[in-house]
Amino acid sequence: MDVILFLVFATIAVVCAINVVVQRHPISSALSLVGVMGSLAVLYLLLGAEFIAAAQVIVYAGAVMVLFVFVIMLLNAGAESKKGRSYMSQFLGVPLLIFLLGLTAFFVQRMFPETTMVKFGGFTGGGAEAIGRALFTTYLLPFEVTSILILIAILGALVLAKRGE
Amino acid sequence: MNAVPVSYYLVLSAVLFGLGVVGFIFKRNIIAVYMAIELMLNAVNLAFVAFARAWNQLDGLVYVFFVIVVAAAEAAVGLAIVITIAQNRRSLNVEDVNLLKF
Repeated sequence: MDVILFLVFATIAVVCAINVVVQRHPISSALSLVGVMGSLAVLYLLLGAEFIAAAQVIVYAGAVMVLFVFVIMLLNAGAESKKGRSYMSQFLGVPLLIFLLGLTAFFVQRMFPETTMVKFGGFTGGGAEAIGRALFTTYLLPFEVTSILILIAILGALVLAKRGE
Repeated sequence: MNAVPVSYYLVLSAVLFGLGVVGFIFKRNIIAVYMAIELMLNAVNLAFVAFARAWNQLDGLVYVFFVIVVAAAEAAVGLAIVITIAQNRRSLNVEDVNLLKF
């Protein structure tokens, strides 16, 4: 059951990721990216990280992608042009990518032999309580720095988006 | 067949990261380039969660939380920059933004 769920959602994630790259229109890429993020949330659930799965759906698939779609609509972004792509990159890029991915998969399989098996329900420490406890004890300083970072980001976005007078 | 090896998740993470790199290099639209960056961040998050699960440690999940926060802030600021560029250059093509090109 776990293997089937993993394969189904991994396939959805990879197909949607390929679609993100292949599509010419930004809105199609954005919708495919929502598919990637949703299936990744399911994979987080399979790994037992419930809080991260919820945060993924709310923050990534919700807030960030709404921001993307909103900007695409605001700027009326059309399909991108095809010009200016060298033939060498077209014919060399795909085999090189497959080679790189194969190399990565090979080394991952060699460095992490199939000793650690992941089963749904085998790890229950990823809930909101455990993460909140870790955030407010061990990781208190990074957490506070993060709040300052978000404040700076809000100010920066306001200053940048303001029309020049 | 009721359990999945952690290395499968790592391979999936590597595949997604590779696709993100391809999109980052090949896309011409600034917004699409940003989406490729988000794809890479998501792939790294998956690797973090898989490692956290493999060693039964909570720290990886906390890092993922921070990565999500930083990605949200980055998206807000980055898209504000994209809007400014689009207003100034009347184009969303990355090749038209070449002021710093040597």
